[in-house]
Amino acid sequence: MLLLPALIPVLLLSVYPLVHGIVLGFTDAQAGYNRPVHFNGIENYARLMSNELFWSSFRVGVIWALSVTVLQFLAALGLALLLNQNLRFRGAARVLALIPWAIPPVIIAIIWRLMLNPTAGPVNSALAAVGLPHDINWLGDPTFALPAVIVVGVWAGMPQTTVVLLAGLQNVRSDLHEAAALDGAGALRRFWHVTLPSLRPVIFAITTLDFIWNFNQFALVYVLTAGGPGGQTMLPMLFAYNEAFKYGNFGYASAMGNVMVVLIALTLVFYLRHQAKERQS
Amino acid sequence: MTRSVPPSPLRHSIRLNLTRPMQYLALLAYVGFLAFPLVFLATAALKTPGELQSASGGILPATLYLGNLESALTKVNLLGALGNSLGVASASTVVVIAIALPAAYAISRARARLKGVAFAWILISQMFPFILIVIPLFLLLTSFGLVNSLAGLTLVYSVWCLPFALWMLQGHLAHVPLEVEEAGAIDGAGRLRVLSSIVLPLLVPGIVATSLFTFITAYSDFFFALVTIRDERLQTLPLALARFVGAEGVVQLGPLAAASLIATVPSLLFFALIQRRLSSGLLAGAIKG
Repeated sequence: MLLLPALIPVLLLSVYPLVHGIVLGFTDAQAGYNRPVHFNGIENYARLMSNELFWSSFRVGVIWALSVTVLQFLAALGLALLLNQNLRFRGAARVLALIPWAIPPVIIAIIWRLMLNPTAGPVNSALAAVGLPHDINWLGDPTFALPAVIVVGVWAGMPQTTVVLLAGLQNVRSDLHEAAALDGAGALRRFWHVTLPSLRPVIFAITTLDFIWNFNQFALVYVLTAGGPGGQTMLPMLFAYNEAFKYGNFGYASAMGNVMVVLIALTLVFYLRHQAKERQS
Repeated sequence: MTRSVPPSPLRHSIRLNLTRPMQYLALLAYVGFLAFPLVFLATAALKTPGELQSASGGILPATLYLGNLESALTKVNLLGALGNSLGVASASTVVVIAIALPAAYAISRARARLKGVAFAWILISQMFPFILIVIPLFLLLTSFGLVNSLAGLTLVYSVWCLPFALWMLQGHLAHVPLEVEEAGAIDGAGRLRVLSSIVLPLLVPGIVATSLFTFITAYSDFFFALVTIRDERLQTLPLALARFVGAEGVVQLGPLAAASLIATVPSLLFFALIQRRLSSGLLAGAIKG
């Protein structure tokens, strides 16, 4: 009981704001001083149901988060497998591969804006050098903006995923590999039947976290495209930010936040169930 | 983390299938993809405006042109912004550790039911989008007159980092067995003495890892600074850079690259110093729990 006072600051600083945020989603709160706030029940949600812009941003968010998480995982797994080999320069490669982790998201976005610059950027220069079309406005063209932003997202998040997977690989028991090799299993089959199953908890943890982080991404895309062109890269967080701090609709923006939490939670429950079933079989 | 893997037959057959040259090629491609943008940034910062605009120019600058660095330092108040960033990040780290350390101890030594509630809370709060946290905090700051102040921003970062800091610290506390404390108590040490001279020293690696996590989160944040800081003199580094992009970035490639390069150097140095500790600390807290 003596220990309970230690939890009071946590209640005040962490629990209270989050609960308040959820509650605001059921009110008509607006920005500005001394505006009376009323509960309006599910009115915000009824309005949201017919808000096509919100759902289109939600769709963009899901495509973005899924693509980045999956591509990031596959790329990071490849790199982690390489770094787990007894290659020369392995240590140097490991440090170099961590570079994106060390750079704050806003600076990552600026670097890639320069890289993808239509006239002076090295990406288009490289395309020109091999004779491909080189006048692509990567971040300004509705066809290319989302794929380009996804590549930047993969670049930014790869190091963390790689480090976690590498740690997992180093915990795979080598005697299992030896036993499988004695039984005549080739490298691919051993990867599939020994490495992957022992890595599963780590894979599960990191892809779950990556998905949540990516879905809630803000700074990277805000600086890269600010949601444009024509809403093609308007992630839900950008949409809710505009609603709250451009138009001042605090209650409505909080309702969007609530919808996001519920849908993320449902996705995760589904994923968790699926994982648990796979483990049983 | 770099513990070498004992040789196994796997290595043998991968060598047969994939061959070493292919592996080196793949590794080179990875390192190129991950490291090239930074190399590009460094060279772009040293190019003249003419060189930058000509698409045909090579990667390396013809001469070392320092005009970009100069105009970056004069046009954007980079040093002031760096000072703000470092100040807010340090203050948030102190606040988070001061609150999280006793709380994590209380949780880790509490009864099972309270523990379960605390964990559920921490996990749920990790799923919350920023927007649900920033609006109530913004209202709170408004009523205390702390909007557009570094103290207010420190408070916001503390709230934001607290759950994960609790999670990491309790992960490390779980490795300090209760028997160690009991042994200390039997030897006649009071509760405070047990905590300060037995538990605390064992927790140092966990405290270091948690501090680093908080510091980096606050140092690289953009969203909360964007919402709370209006005054140019109070801008943090990411905010100053993002506003520079908005204002002149399209025209002034060189100064923008130079400003970004200057802003990246402290992060890279800091990261080079701590990366080993950071990854192992995150793992101990987050994955093994």
